[in-house]
Formats: sequence, structure tokens, C-alpha cells
Amino acid sequence: MGSNMAEAHPVGFQWVMEAKARGARVIHIDPRFTRTSALADQYVSLRAGTDIAFLGGVINYILGHGLEFREYVQAYTNASFLLSDQYQDTEDLDGLFSGYDPVTASYDPSSWAYDSIAAEAGSGGRDKEQSAPYQHGAGGPLVEGGSGDIAADPTLEDPRCVFQMLKRHFARYTPEMVERVCGVPRQAFLQLCRAWTGASGRERTGALVYSVGWTQHTVGPQYIRAGSIIQLLLGNIGRPGGGIYALRGHASIQGSTDIPTLFNLLPGYLPMADTTHGDLRRYLDTVAADKQKGFWRNADTYFISLLKEYWGDAATADNDYCFGYLPRINGDHGTYRTVMDMADGKVSGYFLFGQNPAVGSAHGRLQRLGLAQLDWLVVRDLAMIESATFWKDAPEIETGEIVPGQCATEVFFLPAAAHTEKSGTFTQTQRMLQWRDQAVEPQGDQRSDLWFAYHLGRRLKQKLAASADERDRPLLDLAWDYQTDGDEPSAADVLRRISGVDLRTGRAVSGYLDLRADGSTLCGCWIYSGVYADEVNQARRRRPHWEQGPYEAEWGWTWPLNRRVLYNRASADPQGRPWSERKALVWWDAGQRKWTGHDIPDFEAGKPPDYQPPEDAVGPAALAGDDPFIMQSDGKGWLFAPAGLADGPLPTHYEPHESPFPNLLYGQQASPVRKVYGRADNPSNPSWPEQHREVFPFVFTAARLTEHHTAGGMSRNLPYLSELQPALFVEVSPELARQRGLRHLDWAHVITSRTAVEARVFVTDRMVPLSVDGQIVHQVWMPYHWGPAGLTSGDVVNDLIGVVVDPNVFIQESKVLTCDVQPGRRPRGPALLDYVAGYRRRAGVTPETGTRISTAGGHLGPPHTEPAGPGRPAQAGEPS
Amino acid sequence: MIDEHSLYGPLTDPAGDAGHSGHPQRVGFFTDTSVCIGCKACEVACKEWNNVPEDGLNLLGMSFDNTGMLGASSWRHVAFIEQDRRLGVQETGLEGLPTGPPASDHDAAVVAGALRHTERHGGQLGTSPADLPFPSLPVPGDGDGAGGRDGLRWLMASDVCKHCTHAACLDVCPTGALFRTEFGTVVVQQDICNGCGYCVSACPYGVIDRRPDDGRASKCTLCYDRLRGDLEPACAKACPTKSIQFGPLDELRERAAQRVADLHDHGVPEAQLYGHDPDDGVGGDGAFFLLLDEPEAYGLPPDPVVPTRNLAATWKATGLAAAALAAATVSAFAGRPGRGRR
Repeated sequence: MGSNMAEAHPVGFQWVMEAKARGARVIHIDPRFTRTSALADQYVSLRAGTDIAFLGGVINYILGHGLEFREYVQAYTNASFLLSDQYQDTEDLDGLFSGYDPVTASYDPSSWAYDSIAAEAGSGGRDKEQSAPYQHGAGGPLVEGGSGDIAADPTLEDPRCVFQMLKRHFARYTPEMVERVCGVPRQAFLQLCRAWTGASGRERTGALVYSVGWTQHTVGPQYIRAGSIIQLLLGNIGRPGGGIYALRGHASIQGSTDIPTLFNLLPGYLPMADTTHGDLRRYLDTVAADKQKGFWRNADTYFISLLKEYWGDAATADNDYCFGYLPRINGDHGTYRTVMDMADGKVSGYFLFGQNPAVGSAHGRLQRLGLAQLDWLVVRDLAMIESATFWKDAPEIETGEIVPGQCATEVFFLPAAAHTEKSGTFTQTQRMLQWRDQAVEPQGDQRSDLWFAYHLGRRLKQKLAASADERDRPLLDLAWDYQTDGDEPSAADVLRRISGVDLRTGRAVSGYLDLRADGSTLCGCWIYSGVYADEVNQARRRRPHWEQGPYEAEWGWTWPLNRRVLYNRASADPQGRPWSERKALVWWDAGQRKWTGHDIPDFEAGKPPDYQPPEDAVGPAALAGDDPFIMQSDGKGWLFAPAGLADGPLPTHYEPHESPFPNLLYGQQASPVRKVYGRADNPSNPSWPEQHREVFPFVFTAARLTEHHTAGGMSRNLPYLSELQPALFVEVSPELARQRGLRHLDWAHVITSRTAVEARVFVTDRMVPLSVDGQIVHQVWMPYHWGPAGLTSGDVVNDLIGVVVDPNVFIQESKVLTCDVQPGRRPRGPALLDYVAGYRRRAGVTPETGTRISTAGGHLGPPHTEPAGPGRPAQAGEPS
Repeated sequence: MIDEHSLYGPLTDPAGDAGHSGHPQRVGFFTDTSVCIGCKACEVACKEWNNVPEDGLNLLGMSFDNTGMLGASSWRHVAFIEQDRRLGVQETGLEGLPTGPPASDHDAAVVAGALRHTERHGGQLGTSPADLPFPSLPVPGDGDGAGGRDGLRWLMASDVCKHCTHAACLDVCPTGALFRTEFGTVVVQQDICNGCGYCVSACPYGVIDRRPDDGRASKCTLCYDRLRGDLEPACAKACPTKSIQFGPLDELRERAAQRVADLHDHGVPEAQLYGHDPDDGVGGDGAFFLLLDEPEAYGLPPDPVVPTRNLAATWKATGLAAAALAAATVSAFAGRPGRGRR
């Protein structure tokens, strides 16, 4: 669901096909019939952006028919915990949870806490700006007191227990409602419910796969929460054949969140320091609660080891291990905020490492206008991509908005080495680090990213060597002492230091349990700790599958500690016996007094199932023998999230930011805490209760093709790939073709309030109109790989998409918006700007459109707009 | 020594028949289209390994197929076929949705209309760039607008040279550029090919073709160089779902029969083999297929025949004709009336 696995992850899809050959039923739920659907046993079409209504319907079906895996739910989830009487549900508040502030459009989550645990009032506004909830990626959010007794009703009958609250929250997600909201006929929906709930219990499991079709929404994390709730209710987490698979966007994107390229995270999901963190103690107090369960309680050992890796001998207990050297964040410094700041002239320089935002990021127009305001830009890529050539070939040159002779951005293009030309690891979806050896030498000036970063740091240190300025100390004190081979830094040495070293012995540590908070260990990323255990590059292991067990523990290395299935303690019953022989994974061996099995147990090896912690225990010691969710601060799987999410403890259906329909479930139209940027250069199409929605009557969604790679830098320059999909096209149903007079292979153009892009028409039966609340809705799909450069070129589809993001992880809503489609090519040059301005005029679009985001109870909240930037003259293309 | 099946019919050992002794087992491809995901990795891997040039940047409008057909510069071709029909027991959930008439016939008509206006009626697809002037036919449903669609299936299939037991291309080649390898496969040597083109018209599948630049014939070699190095062909190696299976032909035929039976048991009655039968018109293919529709739907000939099938009969007929002619001549002279009769 939300994943076109066969097309976007064809190599991984082989396992789905193998499962199918062994009798698994494959169901694909997607707005569009894709190559994945073609191979599925069942395909369900739904309106883009309504997945929570659909999944809520499944939850309601499970609870209404008593189909949950009762023993699992009782023992391993927080179903029995009682909630505070301060908590109010969307049932009570017309689509809002308690704690909402319409002025900051954020929640104070303190009322969502468990009944017996007092929660501090949080600063929803500040947390939202810093995307604070994301900081708990690996650790789970903090519940102070999670180690103690939490008031609970094991019978799950108390009306304030999580289980009953869940029932109440989802009661209105009936099959009838699913049909009205999603456009999925009742029979198809019920058939799916029967199949999914059948994959549950002691003998059976079911797996759920999602991709960016779920994440790129203003409520993306709540999509995943909804899927998690279903999988927890069905007992499908931590068990073989179960789980939730997040297929990542491309190679090693998992790696680039583990060792992040994000403004608010440090390696291993440790939060970035912010301006309220005066000293190390204060920082550590906000990362881990003193009285919580689980391994996140040891965050001090992870963090101090990280500081030791950064600053080496300079980091001592006396100077807080150089904690003061870390930069501090004080708000939203995410990629889209930065681009707007660029457009406003507030940013002078920018590095692009293997990224092509002029084509690949939402609102390509804004991206390019931002790039054009920089003083300098460094682009490191395999090919001369549009983000390096925008000053001479951007579409804005035709419209007169960028003038090559006047664009002051100085662009430095540095050719990069490809993955075959350097050694290193990939971390993919399954959290597995796989080492690859260099196959060929890079040609000419091509260099690895590691080479570039290392020598940039080395040269900066050299240039500043004589400086006595305090502000240069963080750079000068960096322990920049990686081994090199010639002038190429050793990737293996970097991996060894990521894994961790015991400074007393100089030996690689065997895992994060070896890390200490006294400065005697260094570790670049605690969750990767152990990948160099025994001084062996564990990621480089390639023992063939026929020489080892079914979990192939000696192929690569999976974090944490080479465990293949997370939380696999849940594959055994509370007494430590497999739920069934067929579904055995790990179990308690009473004879040897340890956990054993096919996989490496994701649990303390010697802790018996009946272990009960002493009352004052905290951290790992506080985990009971039947607390499988060892990273959670209460040891349980969360059906209800008492903390950690900016947009509510339970998933709730909200319409997308741009939608042709009102929310049929609540007065609150769209996510009440989505982050809007109300600016003249970032207009939105109108949605309920705004007028003139009919100007953009169709639902638009974009995705990729197997034949191309994201923004095209790695495919549009290659003849063998370009010839397989040589032109941009737009897929429409025969019904929409008839309505708009679109002919197969003729030209058409798609219009939003941002711009219009043209493409060849594909009339296909794979696109199907849906009936939503009695109205026919048409969906339009485009692949987004094209730009002005390369062997095949085309309009930039991402130019259609505006910037509105979810408040948890700041991901843009690029999977659903509204649009119009017209036959023929779009206007060219300045006429294009007039054409789009005409649409905006007809739709009444202003910078305020779409920014009055609170609509519950019939009260329209305040608009969330921002003033035009100081250094930025009005653009010709702006709405008048 | 040519045995009776050297020209037509079942032939157990084509490599031996061609004069190889002590040769390895005959190998081939079994392409199971029921698990093809249309990723085209086979096309790319083939071109990478064999250094086959790019074949034109044309949007063909034949679903996701922009290769069009096999040719001198496309040795693997993945066909995409959209049909308004159900696949076995697959549920597409279209019933109950507000659909109109299907578009597949309309799309096919647009493409066919465009091909009619091209130089070789589409024959150049897969060999050189073609700028197709697509005709603007009426949009689907413009007529009475009646009818809805309730079925949909999307077939994908990777086509390749069949490496026939009786290979027409080889049989007609006057220069010896085409030869039978020790693996029982058929390979063309470009350095010997004189570009006469007999093989192009002889191939019952329309596989082999000449490159426009140098006029020499090209086609799949079943990665002869890789086979010699004990590696499987590049396409099979790259195929993520084992749709393209490589191995000894006997083994593949057994596996294929089992697969068809399994699919029939699991509610896909339309599964059928193509090119597996040694009794067919080419003596069976070295590369055969599991299809989910009749071969014509994939652009494959339903009853391919090697031209040499009729060779013996042709010579026999020719001999008979010659004998009859001789007899007639003789009798004509024998029965000639004498001059003096007049």
C-alpha cells in the first residue's frame, strides 16, 4: 500500500514473487494500477490521500469483529493502559485532539499521557518548528516513569483504557464511510479485510509494505501509525513473515537517516542540540528520562562516545566532551525552509551532494529561483544536472525570471565518483549494511564524497591553523585523523570508528553495550556499533545462503547487533515458547537459560520470560521478561502514542492540503498542524471551505518509473535507460480523456496554481475513475523524472507541486494535490505566467489560500502566512 | 551425416547434427511471463554486455513498451499488453466503479495508424529512430459512450531469439556467418556477414535484422562468450524474478511443464507453453515461453515454420516435375508425326 514495489524496488520484489509462489496472497492497494498490481492476486484502487480512512476502516473491522490476536495484544501492546482524564479524542472535538492551539497550529501533547504518569506541559510551537518528534526515531519518545507501574486494566474493558479508546476513535470508520471517502466499493473493502485479518494468529502472519506513497503526505507518519496499529492488533510485529517494511527512496537512504543528512538529528537518531541545551547534562536530561525502561535510557553512553569520535583527545569530562562545540538549532532549518530563505536572499552558499532539487524536489520553480539568489553553489554529481545548469537552461529563462547574464550565483561543479569507483557501505531498507569493494578507478577529476569531505576538512583546518579565534576551535579540535590510502581516506577505517573503539585497549568494541559515558570509548553511530566487532568488517561478509541458516546471519550486518527481525521477542508467547512451530523464530531455552532461535534474539540473552524487575530499576534492567519492545520507554508496542507525535496520538483521516472534497468524517478539514508556508511564491489550490475548488477538479499524483532514477541524473544521460522511457507522459482514464478531449499520444498540459507542464497523453484502462460520495473523481498520474537536460528532456513535473509539509518529519505532500488538465501544449515564455495567473484569478488564490488550517467546529482559524522577504522583489509570476 | 530430421521435425542433438562432437548439453531459455514484472533489466543487461547500441528515443504509445520489437539493436524486447479481461482469478476490483468502455483497442488503433505511415510499416521499430506521426483518432467512448469495463490485465513478456532447432537464418546463410554452436545455439559472426539479408526474410519470428549503418545482421547470441566462460547469459543473470531462466533445455522443459500445471491448479487456466514442442514447425525452440494468452497477443506467430521444412518435398516435387517434363519431352518426340505424312 502506497508502494509500487515491482517498479520502484524490482530487486526486492523477487521475494514477494517467491512468497507468492509459496502460496502467499499478494494484495496491492494504490490509486493506480501499476506493474505491482499486474502481479498481485488482488488490486484495490482508492483515492489518493485517503489511506487513513481506509486503514481506519480495517481497524474498525478488526475491533468490531473481535479479530485481534488477543493474547498478543494483551501482553505486548499498551492496549490495557489507562489514559489521563484530561485526554479528549477527535470524537469529542470534531476532528481535533485535546491540547490544540490554533494560533501556533500545534498541540501541547501533555493530555495524551497515561493516567498514572504526570506529563510536563510541552511547547508544541517550538517542537513543531524543530520537528522535535523526529528526534525519537530509534529511541521511541520519552515517557518519564515508564519503568514503574502504569495503571492498566488487563481485561481491556475500562472505557479509559487504550483498547476501548481505540474502538471509540475508529467506530465511525465503517465500510460505508470507506466507500464514500476512498471510493472503494464495500465488497472489495470487506474482501480485503477478510484476507488481512486471516493473516493473523499463532499459525499465520502478514506483512505490510509501504514506500513514499505513504510518507509524502501532510499526515504521512500517521499513515504508518495506522498500519502499525493494524499489524500490532493482528500480532504481526516481531514475528516471521510479519512486520512493516518501509521501502526507501533509493540506495542507502536508510543509511542517510541512520547517519543523518538532516538538520535536527545526529547519528543514531540522537537529537541535534538546540539553544535551550545550556550544557551536556541539560541535553541528556531531555534525551532520556531518568525513570524509563529500555536501552534508550543509556543515551549518555551513546552521545558521549559520539563526541569522543568527533573531537578525540580534546573532548574531556572537564569540558563536557566539547558539547559546546556542537552547533545549536533554534527553529526550522529544513530543506524547504532553507530554499525559501534562499529565495529571500538570506542564504549565501549551498552544497548539493548527489541531489538535483531543480528537478527532484517539490516546487522545482521555487528551488531554481532560490538557487539563482545564492552567491555560490557547489554541485557534486555524476553528470551535469539541472541544479548546476539552471542559470542557463531553467524554464525561468524562457519566462524572463532568470537572466543568465545577471544571475550572480557562482556554480562550482565537481565530478563525483560512482559507487563502483569507491569502497563503502550501503544501508538499505532491511537495515543491512553491505560493503562494496571498489571495482574501477574513478576517471579524471572524479572523486568520492569521502575524499571531498575529508580534504575539505583538512584544508579548512590548515587555513585556520594560525587562528586564535574561539569560534574556530570546533574545527581545529576535530579529530580528523582517519587512515588514508594515498590521498583517499580509508572507508574501512571510518566504518571502524562508526562502530566504536575502546580507547583503553585500542580495540574495536563489540556493540553498543560496550559504550561508556566516561570518555573511554568512541563511537560514530551507536546503532551501528558492532559492525566492526572483532576487528572484522562484518558488513563485508558474503557467505552464500546455501551455506547458512534461513536468516543468513553472515551476509552483511544488520543494525542493531545483526538482529534481522526487530522486537523478535514477540515471536514467542509471554512464557517464551514459539506461538506455533510453523512461526517459530526465537524462544527461551530453559535448559541453557537463554534465548535462542533462528534469528539473533532482540532481547537480553539471559533474561527469563518470567523476570520481573525490582521496583527501583530503570533502563534495560527495568524491562520485564515479557516486554518485547525494548526501545520503547514502557517496553510495549504502542497502539496509542502518548508522546512523540506532533499531530496526535491516533491516526485520524484528514483530507489532503489540496482536495476537491470536504472531510466527511469531521469538521476539521485537513491536518490541523500541517506546516504551511503562505507565501506569494508558494500558492495553494483552494480546498473546502474555500470557494472555486472546481477550477482544479482532478486529483493529481506523481511517482517514478522503473526505467529512470529519481531526478534523472543517473538515467537521462544513459542511452540504454532513456530509450526505454523516452518522453514525459501523463496517464488518464478513458473517461477523463472523453471529458477533456484528450487523445492518446497527443499533447496535454496539467495546471496547478504554481505552473503548467506539458506531456504526451497516455489513455489507459489502468487509470480508473472513482465514485466519491456520489461524485465521480478522476485521478491523473505523471512520472517526475524529466528536466531540460539529458538525452531526453521534458517539463519538470515537480514544478506543479507546492510546499506544505507534515509537522513530524517535514516531508512535503507531493503524492496528492489538485489540478486541471487541458488538451494541447502549454503556453510558452511570459505567456505561461499570464496563463497560470489567470487560473489563480479564477480560483481566487492568494497567499492566504490554504493557510487557515483550523476548521473544526465550523470556526475558521487564523491564516498562517509569512511576509514577503526583505531582499526579494516581487516576481512577475506572483499572484496579483 | 544428415539424418532424416536435419531439415525438419524433432532433432535431439542439433549441435551434434552440426558436426560438434563431445559437446556440452544443449542450453536455452525458459521465459516464464507469469512472473515478469516488466522491469526491462534484461534489455539493459543485454545491451551492456554485448555492446549493442541505443535503438531510438521514441515514445511508441504501446503501453510501457518503447522498444517495439526485436531487431539488430534490440536483442531482448519486453512487450506490454493491456487487455480488458481478467487474469485467472485475479481480482481487480473494477466491478462497481464508474467506468466506461475500455481504451485498449483505441490505443492500438492510434499506434497502428501511425505505423501505417512509416517507411516499413513499423518494420524499423527496434532498429532505428522513427518519428511517428501519431494520428488523432476519436477518444474512446466518443461513440455511444455505452458499456463499462470490468476486467483488466497487464501482460508483460520478454521476447528473444528462439535459437530454433531448425534455424532458418542459419540454413539460408550463404556465407557461413551464422553457425550452430556447441551449446546448440545459433550465432551470427558479423565479420563474415556480407549483409545479403536472406536470414531476415527467412526467420519465421522476425527476430534477426540488419543494422542500418553497416548492413550486417545481428541478433541474440545467447551470450556465447559468457557460455564459453561458464557464465549464464546477461539477461537471465539480471532478471530479478526468475522470469528468464537459463539452463539445459531438457531440464527447462520439465520445469516449464510443472509450472504450467501449478498455474492451472491455482486458477490461471490460460497459462500455456509456446515453442517447447519438438514437433512444431521449427523442431522446437531453444528459447521457449510460458504465455498467458495466445501467441498472437504478444506478437508471436502462432505456427512458425522453418522454410527448410518443405525442402525435401520441394526437391521431390522438383524431381517429379523434371521427370514428368522429361517424360513429356520424350513422349512428344516419340509421338511426333512423321514428315512424310503430309
